[in-house]
Amino acid sequence: MGLKQSLHTLKEKYKGQKMAPAFNALHTFLYTPNEITHDGTHIKAVDDLKRTMNTVIMALVPCLIFGMFNAGYQHYLATGEITAVSNGFFSTEFWQWSNLVFGAWKVLPLVVVSYGVGLAVEFLFAVIKGHEVEEGYLVTGMLVPLIVPVDIPLWMLSIAVIFGVVIGKEVFGGTGMNILNPALTIRAFLFFAYPTWMSGDKVWVAGAQERANQLAAGMDVDSISGETILGSLAQNKSMGYELWDMFYGFIPGSVGETSTLLILIGAAVLIFSKIASWRIMLSGLIGAVVMGLIFNGVVDAGWISSNSGFYGLMSTPYWLHLMIGGLAFGIVFMATDPVTGAQTNKGKWIYGFFIGFISIMIRVFNPAYPEGVFLAILLMNVFAPTIDHYVVQGNIKRRLNRLKVKNA
Amino acid sequence: MSRDIKIKKGLNINLKGEAEKTLSKAPRAATFAIRPKDFHLVTPKMVLKEGASFKAGEVLFYDKNNESVKFVAPVSGTLSSIERGAKRVINQLLIQADAEDTYVSHAPLDLSKASAEEIKAHLLATGCWPFITQRPYHLMAHPDHSPKAIFVSGYTTAPLAADLDFTLIGKESELQAALTALSKLTSGPVHVCVGRDSNSPLKGLKDCQVHSISGPHPAGNVGVQIAQIDPVNKGEVVWTVKAEDLVIIGELLLTGKFNAERIVALAGSCLAAPQYYAAIIGSEVGPLLSEAQLLEPNSRVISGDVLSGHTISQAGFLGYFDNTIMVIPEGDDYELFGWNKPVFDKISSTRALTFSWMQPKKKYDLNTNTNGEHRAFVVTGNYEEVFPLDIYPLQILKACMVQDLDQMEALGMYEVAPEDFALTEFVCVSKQPHQKIIREGLDLMYKEIG
Repeated sequence: MGLKQSLHTLKEKYKGQKMAPAFNALHTFLYTPNEITHDGTHIKAVDDLKRTMNTVIMALVPCLIFGMFNAGYQHYLATGEITAVSNGFFSTEFWQWSNLVFGAWKVLPLVVVSYGVGLAVEFLFAVIKGHEVEEGYLVTGMLVPLIVPVDIPLWMLSIAVIFGVVIGKEVFGGTGMNILNPALTIRAFLFFAYPTWMSGDKVWVAGAQERANQLAAGMDVDSISGETILGSLAQNKSMGYELWDMFYGFIPGSVGETSTLLILIGAAVLIFSKIASWRIMLSGLIGAVVMGLIFNGVVDAGWISSNSGFYGLMSTPYWLHLMIGGLAFGIVFMATDPVTGAQTNKGKWIYGFFIGFISIMIRVFNPAYPEGVFLAILLMNVFAPTIDHYVVQGNIKRRLNRLKVKNA
Repeated sequence: MSRDIKIKKGLNINLKGEAEKTLSKAPRAATFAIRPKDFHLVTPKMVLKEGASFKAGEVLFYDKNNESVKFVAPVSGTLSSIERGAKRVINQLLIQADAEDTYVSHAPLDLSKASAEEIKAHLLATGCWPFITQRPYHLMAHPDHSPKAIFVSGYTTAPLAADLDFTLIGKESELQAALTALSKLTSGPVHVCVGRDSNSPLKGLKDCQVHSISGPHPAGNVGVQIAQIDPVNKGEVVWTVKAEDLVIIGELLLTGKFNAERIVALAGSCLAAPQYYAAIIGSEVGPLLSEAQLLEPNSRVISGDVLSGHTISQAGFLGYFDNTIMVIPEGDDYELFGWNKPVFDKISSTRALTFSWMQPKKKYDLNTNTNGEHRAFVVTGNYEEVFPLDIYPLQILKACMVQDLDQMEALGMYEVAPEDFALTEFVCVSKQPHQKIIREGLDLMYKEIG
């Protein structure tokens, strides 16, 4: 009796029982079920939700692997054990086993905790509510480790994941019903509950906080400064990084957000496979550029002095804004969530534009915490149904006008 | 005013097992069945009792809600049984057919002189009325309505469906008679759509406006054509008649004989010799399937096309409105890692490791597997790519699911029929039953608003 047959027997045995959703979740992970169509279309396209989500995960994998290398690289660079990259994207200083081993040691626990805790909550809700385990968390679970600082304590992450999945998603009815992006809900929870672990100059490089504690205890070690570029700019300091290093991603930041190059590759995968909306990505880009140009214009017009707290970020060229911070990652992987984003094609243009626009605005006007993209996306998540409402109203009005013209 | 319509959005689903364009006479079936379910929301009131004998064209039952609408026997024979289900609803009328048909003979109608009322009464009495469908609600037309226009689609785009350019050959006089009669029943024109490059027998007929249409499926759906030519507004009614049914109506008008024979395509990858047969409405499909050489015992037999037809068993019967019988493999098997491995042998509307976009002309052998489990709506924007109506498909489906009548009306429910949502159902990542949702929504509206 083959595996297929024994699993089928087990499935029949569990049918209708409490644990059936949990079993089915594992079973369908291995085998596409033997479900057939009834009346309606007798044939179906091959795409299902698992394949859709899987494509997003695959687009994220380069960012994850890069994030591991970068975690090690930033750490060893800060401790002075290696020198800075010198040879473009394929610099040997960066692609070293030691970097990967260190980074994997730091990042993989985040992935394991994110999936472990999140899926446990998902399974629990599926069993309690008697519905199938839905695939939404597969992407959320991958996004979460990529958008947190590498040194975040695992217990904080666990609490945030539980909060995000329960309050961000399950209370609304699960995948497809939620209003806010669950991954960003998790990040927002962390940000507001544990701000010292989510901002400042001690969290973005692995070991920086530990080193600071050692210093405070009077040990004779060098301090590690791990400031993000946005953090430096918000304090009117210089960026301190080469342009191409920023584009390639050899900079401190949340685990997976730093490499604009790999994010662009992910975007290409998502757009080509038609999984994510190119409309949201493009309009997000346009929105960010427009806001950046406005700020650059303000600086050029001399309306703001270089002493102003906003000067550093306002004078940053508009195109540079696209490369620093989490903007690119947010627009490509998080704004395009179909459930929480605008659902009409016209609405997607408006929704994406405002995400880019507001991200840069928050970034410039919020010196305490210059990363604006996640707040911008959460804000637009809330407004997405309103945008859709007006787009749909346009269609309704057109229909009514057709009747009026006819009767006139 | 004839128009040239181009449809851009849509999806052609190329399947294996296209019916070869040769026509054979189907072997005379011994049993026939009429399923009142084919006439949506009609409550049958029997005229004949079990065991009664009748001629072809004799009234079997009428609609309880609309007593003037008669439903007639497609063949002469004996009513062997009336199969009832829960609450004594009639599921099926089984007919034991005579070896040869004798017909009820109606007086032919002189179309040049007949008034609209006479034509209407004639169609009602002779059993031709059920062939007329109305929108809104996609129901049998109500005899008291006066439609603003009547639409006939002479273009086939549904996968493997019977090609009207072939099945209508030589029926020009019947088609013309039916179109002339229909043109008197409406205050507006009768619109007929034919494929741009086709040599449809419908081209060049009079008493109608012939439009040409091109594009992928669902360009052949009459709903798409209505939306392009003269969309249904609130308070308006249009009628639609299938081109193949015009032949039956036309023959009745010309000869007085209700001849329920139509040309049916037997198609699908489970048949060794798919081809066209002249078969009578309601006839058992078993003999036809053996003629066309059924290959695979574990297969799905569908009366109608593969997107909107009904499942029947291998001992089932040809539906009242169907001109296609499809046989495709059942997909009741598991597939290892079916959700993440690259797929070359199935159709997809994305490119997520699915490669049907590389070979748009390739013919596929699809089975009835759902390729995934039912989920809540998640993905957006994919329905719009295959949906050529100026309607928001996701939003109208959700309005139907939450039974929001105002929103359903505002979003264009009067314009749609379930078959318009067949393609969105096909590409649906969440495997939602779109056509069922729309049908239930239409029924609800009909009940509440009427």
